[in-house]
Amino acid sequence: MKKLIQKIKGLKKTTKVDFATYLGVILAFVIVNLLRTGGLLNRSLTGMLVPICAYIVMAVSLNLTVGILGELSLGHAGFMSVGAFSGVIAAQGLQASIPSAPARLVIAILVGAVFAAAAGFIVGVPVLRLRGDYLAIVTLAFGEIIKDLINCLLVGYDSRGLHMAFNISGSLTINDLGLEPGGMAIIKGAQGATGTTAISTFTAGFVLIMITLVVVLNLVRSRAGRAIMALRDNRIAAESVGVNVTKYKLMAFVTSASLAGAAGALYGLNYSNLAASKFSFDTSILVLVYVVLGGLGNMWGSIIAAAVLYILPEALREFADYRMLVYAVVLILVMLATNNDQLKALAGRILPKRKGAADNG
Amino acid sequence: MEFLSYLISGISLGSVYAIIALGYTMVYGIAKMLNFAHGDVIMVGGYVSFCAVSYLGLPGWLSVVLAMAVCTALGVVIEGLAYKPLRQATSLAVLITAIGVSYFLQNAAQLIWGASPKGYTPLIPTTNAQGEPNTLRLFGGQLSISYISLFTMGACIVIMVLLTLFTNRTKLGKAMRACSEDKGAAQLMGINVNATISLTFAIGSALAAVAGGLLCSFTTSLMPTTGSMPGIKAFTAAVFGGIGSIPGAFLGGILLGVIESLAKAYISTQLANAILFAVLIIVLLVKPSGLLGKYVPEKV
Repeated sequence: MKKLIQKIKGLKKTTKVDFATYLGVILAFVIVNLLRTGGLLNRSLTGMLVPICAYIVMAVSLNLTVGILGELSLGHAGFMSVGAFSGVIAAQGLQASIPSAPARLVIAILVGAVFAAAAGFIVGVPVLRLRGDYLAIVTLAFGEIIKDLINCLLVGYDSRGLHMAFNISGSLTINDLGLEPGGMAIIKGAQGATGTTAISTFTAGFVLIMITLVVVLNLVRSRAGRAIMALRDNRIAAESVGVNVTKYKLMAFVTSASLAGAAGALYGLNYSNLAASKFSFDTSILVLVYVVLGGLGNMWGSIIAAAVLYILPEALREFADYRMLVYAVVLILVMLATNNDQLKALAGRILPKRKGAADNG
Repeated sequence: MEFLSYLISGISLGSVYAIIALGYTMVYGIAKMLNFAHGDVIMVGGYVSFCAVSYLGLPGWLSVVLAMAVCTALGVVIEGLAYKPLRQATSLAVLITAIGVSYFLQNAAQLIWGASPKGYTPLIPTTNAQGEPNTLRLFGGQLSISYISLFTMGACIVIMVLLTLFTNRTKLGKAMRACSEDKGAAQLMGINVNATISLTFAIGSALAAVAGGLLCSFTTSLMPTTGSMPGIKAFTAAVFGGIGSIPGAFLGGILLGVIESLAKAYISTQLANAILFAVLIIVLLVKPSGLLGKYVPEKV
């Protein structure tokens, strides 16, 4: 036992933080599960568990782009959308051939991740050439384009396989797909996915969070992660010592997009109806708020911020109409407080100085 | 003829975008921040003008003047309370605060005026007293242009010219240009940087109020979210033309309006926004600083 404590004490600080993050997520999962079996969670809270998991994954993955890579992305919801709809198509299309729901969920999440990664690659190659606010506006534009394209998508499934149509003229309906009588409509244009069998579970959400953390934390602590952070801190210096800018930027961006896609699939399969308008600019901003309030580059911060801020509007429900107003005020006040020099100086005096505070990227 | 009429409706829509984009670009040029709440100031301007017309019975032009006064005050207050304490903070912190302000304005408007759309009386009525449409007929009636479109285009050009004269010829304009170039040096030369930034917000918000009146004259309805999409599009227009540049914002706004109008008419109504954003992406990839933006080489 003593040896173990010695060993833990000897670990690097970042490793300790990482293990604490894993442990915290596992503990939270166990506690929530105990509360749920004990019947201590009300209905609305139970219903929020899967979306919370999806948004935690979204926040952690966006943190990889914004906090670690240092590029502002305003279109993260676009990748979530790609993942959600490709995941829904996969899960619904395989309903007949794979009866087991968990297996279908896993496949759907994988499909969502792959499609979102492909989208991330297509978007990333041109976009990552731009810098700063220009990159932000282009990611915003891509998010909107993805939303509009999915709004035009018609997908159905029958015994002959998948049928797809692209409703450019705005006059096509799901009937134009020519489905057989027993066929089912999966995505109905602007209405989005309808009649989806909801198969997402809290356990799946927990596993996805853990996988996301393993992927992101290992990437950040690796050689590649250090290269990515070097690009964030000083692109020109990093380039001059031989860091391949495009390769590492794309690596971070595509990883982030694919994790967002996985989160999207989890989210999409939690509801029987889902419209593309759900994944608008507002959703991207919402996730960005989680990331910034949780702390840039700080993964456990993102997790806590996502969970708390997702529940907060619900908890403020007694204020009914005023809750979003209160949310906005809280948001502004937190930003003002965390950037206030006097408060920072005060915190610096009260809190003990952290050792190696400079290297917790 | 059909093409010409789509082109003109595109230009008049683009004029509204251009007026909004001018506000965006000025604020960005000087404060180096994306003011996401700008679109919501437009919405507030629209509501103030709506209230002045329907509750106070004021004429349309006076209601817009009132809206300009209210929005100017609002812009200065927002800047003072939310953005000024963050001068030294990271741009992301300012961005999130701007988003917070945007949420605040939208939800406050929803509490005050309700979520359901309000009917807005256009600044120039669509029909005159005899019930005939208020339009200018050209080519023997083949091409008709509504007076409100003409008015919008005229207003946009006048605003553009005035702003250019203001920034190039006046002392305050010179101070603004100095601040946008180098705040520290400007301060050393005796320019009150904070007051100059507040002035920029005041001008931008007054322009937003004008844009609010004009925009609502086209859509004839008003909701708490009315400003967000035009706000985003105007922001794209500003980037399109080269953010920080006044002629760039004008050009970007007009082009964006024309592209949107033509895409709606000839390609697809549903994909109009997607086409618009795709054009933006292509332009930025070819010319990363926008159409009229200055290329600033990086110093090492």
